[in-house]
Amino acid sequence: MKRREFLAGLAGTLASPGAALAQADPLESIIRVLTNGAPVRKGKVTLELPQLADNGNSVPIRITVDSPMTATDHVKSIHLYSDRNPVPNMASFYLGPRAGKAEINSRVRLAGSQRVTAVAQLSDGTFWSDTAPIVVTLSACLDES
Amino acid sequence: MAARIQIPRQAKRGEVIEVRVLIQHPMETGFRHDDVGRLIKRNVINAFSCRYSGVEVFRADLSSGIAANPYLQFYTVAEASGNLEFTWIDDEGVQGSERQPIAVSG
Repeated sequence: MKRREFLAGLAGTLASPGAALAQADPLESIIRVLTNGAPVRKGKVTLELPQLADNGNSVPIRITVDSPMTATDHVKSIHLYSDRNPVPNMASFYLGPRAGKAEINSRVRLAGSQRVTAVAQLSDGTFWSDTAPIVVTLSACLDES
Repeated sequence: MAARIQIPRQAKRGEVIEVRVLIQHPMETGFRHDDVGRLIKRNVINAFSCRYSGVEVFRADLSSGIAANPYLQFYTVAEASGNLEFTWIDDEGVQGSERQPIAVSG
């Protein structure tokens, strides 16, 4: 990179602190792609993880969304994000009124202690989220698993 | 791909039933190396779906962030007697499917 380009880039970063902040939390920009800029509110979603996992290769996870799951008011999708895995979007689940109950259980891989976020999209187009911290003693490492 | 899928055999109409799915699959992340240091290609089940007598009731896009031998537990409303059909596919294009009947009364 030339010195001139570097300085131009630096000036751009300084001029738009918002952009710099977005880069500070990479998950935020990834979630913004999902929501297309719509606000994500805390609540309705409950993300349950163990507080501590001995092994990140298989961590039980439960996501529940407070929703009546009727034709007019239901959960359309639930997205799971990790802020430390090499692939942040761990999974996306698509449900509908036929689900009857907005709850999903699965097992995830976590590369180290981190915060896991679940974002739910409701049928009215709003987004809700919950975040849970977890300590992982042995991470789902790249080669030792 | 072997899979174990559990649903109730019978249910009352309108009852919310639990579906539990366990598929045997390594969910290779694509970040591991083999004994001679070559990267092992990613091979995960990337799509899973559940249809209730032909109507999709649940779908999932999975990635390397899901543990090996993926486990999924979700719910659906017992509407009428019929079949729950499960299908999934991995990065190598290998497809799996399973079908379970359910008898709905009332």
